[in-house]
Amino acid sequence: MDILQILSNTLAQILSPTTIGFVLAAIGLAVHFGFTGLLNMGVAGFMAVGAYGFAISILTFGLPWWLAALIGIGAAVVFALILGIPTLRLRGDYLSIVTIAAAEVVRLLFLTTAFKDVTGSADGLSGFHTGFRASNPLPQFSGNAGFGPWSYSRDQWWVIIIGVAVVIVTVLFVWALMRSPWGRVIKGIREDEDAVRALGKNVFSFKMQALVVGGVIIALGGIVTAMGTNVNPNVYVTSQTFYIWTALLLGGAATIFGPVLGAVLFWVVRAFLSNLLPALVNIGALPFLSGEQAQMLVFVLIGIALMLLVIFRPQGILGNRKELTFVK
Amino acid sequence: MTHASTTTVLARRRRLGTVLIALAGVLFALWATMNGPVAAHAAEGDPYRVSGNVQLEGAPLEGVAITVDGPGGPQTVETDADGKWAVAVPERNADYTVTLDESTLPEGIAVVDESGEDTTPNVKEVHVGPGGRVSVNFFIGEGERHTTSFFDQLVERIINGLNFGLMLALASIGLSLVYGTTGISNFAHAEMVTFGALMAYLFSVVISLPIWVAIPIAVLLSAAFGYLLDTGLWRPLRRKGLGVVQLMIVSIGLSLALRYVFQMFIGGGTIQLPGSAPESLNLFGSVRLTWVDLTSMGVSIVVIVAFALWLQRSRIGKATRAVSDNPSLASASGIDVDGVVRVVWIVSGALAGLGGVLWAYFRPGIKWDMGSSILLLIFAAVILGGLGTAYGALIGSLIVGVLVEVSSLWIPADLKYVAALVILILILLFRPQGILGRRERIG
Repeated sequence: MDILQILSNTLAQILSPTTIGFVLAAIGLAVHFGFTGLLNMGVAGFMAVGAYGFAISILTFGLPWWLAALIGIGAAVVFALILGIPTLRLRGDYLSIVTIAAAEVVRLLFLTTAFKDVTGSADGLSGFHTGFRASNPLPQFSGNAGFGPWSYSRDQWWVIIIGVAVVIVTVLFVWALMRSPWGRVIKGIREDEDAVRALGKNVFSFKMQALVVGGVIIALGGIVTAMGTNVNPNVYVTSQTFYIWTALLLGGAATIFGPVLGAVLFWVVRAFLSNLLPALVNIGALPFLSGEQAQMLVFVLIGIALMLLVIFRPQGILGNRKELTFVK
Repeated sequence: MTHASTTTVLARRRRLGTVLIALAGVLFALWATMNGPVAAHAAEGDPYRVSGNVQLEGAPLEGVAITVDGPGGPQTVETDADGKWAVAVPERNADYTVTLDESTLPEGIAVVDESGEDTTPNVKEVHVGPGGRVSVNFFIGEGERHTTSFFDQLVERIINGLNFGLMLALASIGLSLVYGTTGISNFAHAEMVTFGALMAYLFSVVISLPIWVAIPIAVLLSAAFGYLLDTGLWRPLRRKGLGVVQLMIVSIGLSLALRYVFQMFIGGGTIQLPGSAPESLNLFGSVRLTWVDLTSMGVSIVVIVAFALWLQRSRIGKATRAVSDNPSLASASGIDVDGVVRVVWIVSGALAGLGGVLWAYFRPGIKWDMGSSILLLIFAAVILGGLGTAYGALIGSLIVGVLVEVSSLWIPADLKYVAALVILILILLFRPQGILGRRERIG
C-alpha cells in the first residue's frame, strides 16, 4: 500500500474541475436552502442545464466559449423561472419533490435517443473545448507543471484558474448580497415567511429572485465542470444532488465559506476513501470485501455521514446553532 | 416470454393468427421498453457484442433500426452502408432480445420466417455465451409486415398500465400512510421496495425454496424491516424532535446508504427471480398476458382490498385514519400514536416489499437501484392522489401507471417517465392538494 500515492491523489482532488464545480453548486444551494430556505432537490438539473447549454451552444451553434457560458447561465435563469412559478407558493416538501422531478425530466430529455444529434444521448458530449483552450493566455509548456500533487497540463491549469476565479467572485458576491437589505429580507423569509409578508414585502418575488441567483451559481458549477471534462447525462442523477446537499450540510448551510469548505472536504474525504479502501482490500486488511465493494462502501459511508450530520450537527462545521438552518 | 405453445394453434387459425402475430410484436416491443431509462444504461465501452447483417438477396440494407434489449437496458442502432450493425452490451451469459423495426425496411419488404413456425420473425431471442459475442441474422424478403393496429396497441398498453399501476399502488399506499401519520417524505421507501425483491431472491434462488414460499417470507421480512426502521431510527428521531425537513434529508441519507449496501451484495448487474420469462397466453380478443401478469394483478387487487377493509373496519385502521387526520387530537382522544405509527411502518414495509417482488417481475429483473428508479413515479402517484390519503395513492398510482404506458404510444419509450413527472408538476400548479386531498393540507 502506497500511502504517499494515496495522499497525493487525495490532495490533487482539491483543484479538480469536478471539485470546483461542486463548490459552486454548493454555494448556489446555500443561497437556495441556507439563506432562503428553499428545499431545492434539483441541483443536478441546474448543473445539467448549465453544462449542456454551454456544450450545445459550442457544438451545435458554433458560438465562442464565453458566449456559450452566458447561454448556459441564461438557460439556468429560464429553468429557475419555469420551476419557480408553479412551486414557490407551495410548502417546502412539495418544492423538494417538484424540483427533483424537474431535474429528472431534464436528465431524461438529455438522455433520450430522440435528440441524439444535439445531446449525444447516453454518450454525452465531448470535443467542445477547442475554443476555450485556444484562449489560454498561459505561456506554452509541454507536459505537466506545478508543485507536489498539484501538477497539471496547460489546459488543466486554464480551467483551474477560471474556476477558482469564478469561485472567488461568487463568494464575494454572495457575501455582499447577504449583508445587503435584500439578503436580510431573504433570511427573513427563511425564518418566518408570514412576518416578512406582513412587512409588505412580495415574498413570492423575493423567493423567485433567490431561486434565479442560486440557480445561476449552480449552473456556473456545471459550466466549469464542463470546461474541464466531458458532459455526460449519467453525472446529473439525483444522487449528485444528494452529494451536493451532503457537502453543503457538512460545511454549514447558512454560511458564506461553509459550502466551499464542505464541497472541498467532501471530495477530499471521498477521494481519500476511494483510494484507501481498495488499497486496504489489496493488502488483506478488509477480508470481507472485494475492491469493487470497497468502492461502494464509500457511498454507504457518505449516506451515513449525511444522516449523522442532519441529526447531530445540522448547522454544519462553520454554522451557528442560533441561526436556524432547518425551519420547522 | 416464448411463443412456442401458441404456434400450433395459430397454424390452424390464420386470421386470428395475424392479429396475434401483430400483438406479440407489440408485446415484445413493450418488453423491450420495460427497462426504464432510469436504470443504468449500457455504455459505449461495454465489453461484449451483439452484431449482425441485414441484406436483401445479397444487397445490403442501410438505415434499418435494430433494438437490442437485455441487461443494461434497450439500445437502438441503425445498419450502416454495408447493412452491418453491432451493439456493445455489458454482460455475457445473458439473454438479449433483438428486434428489427420493420417500418424502417424498404416498401414491400419484411422479415420472413423460413421455418414457418416463428410468429414474430422480426424478434429474436439470443444468448450471449461465455465468448461474449453473438451474431443475429434476419431473413428479409417480400412478405406481410408484423404491424399492429392502433386500437390493439392501446388496449395492450392500458392493461399493462393497470398492472404497473397496481404494483405502484402497493408501494405508494405505504409511502402515503407514513407521510400522513408522521410527516416524513420518506425517500428510503424506494429501498424498502428493493429490499422485498432482494429477500424474494434470497429465499427462492439462494436458499432454493419454492417461489410461493419465498414471496410470503420476503413480505414478512419487509414488514420486519419497516418495524426495525421505525424502532431503530424514526421513533428516536421523533423523540428528539427533528423537523420534517431534517427527517426528509435523513431518509435521503438512509436511501443512499441502503442502495449501496444492496449493490455490495448483488453487484451492479441484473438478477432474475425464478419464472421471470413465462409463457404468454391469449386472454380475450387480442389481449395477451402472461401468468405472471395475471397473478401480479390478482395479488395486488386482493391485497389492496384487504388493506382497504382493514383501514375502514378494524380498530387500528380507524385509529390510523384518526392519527393521519390530526395527530394531536388523536393523542388527546386516548389513541396510542406511537403504536399506530409502528403498525403503519410495518404495513408500509410489507406493502412495499410485495410491490418490490411484483416490480422485479414487471421490469423484469432485480437491480440494486430498481426501487429508486420508480421512486419519483411513486411520489407522483401519491401527490396526484393527495399526500397522506391512502385511497388517493391508489387512484394516483393507477393514473400514473396507465399514463406511463399509454404515453409511449406517442413519445419515445425512453421518455415515458417524463409524462408522469410533467403531470406531477402540472397537478401541483392547478390542484396542489391532489385528487382526494383537502385544501388545508397545503401551507
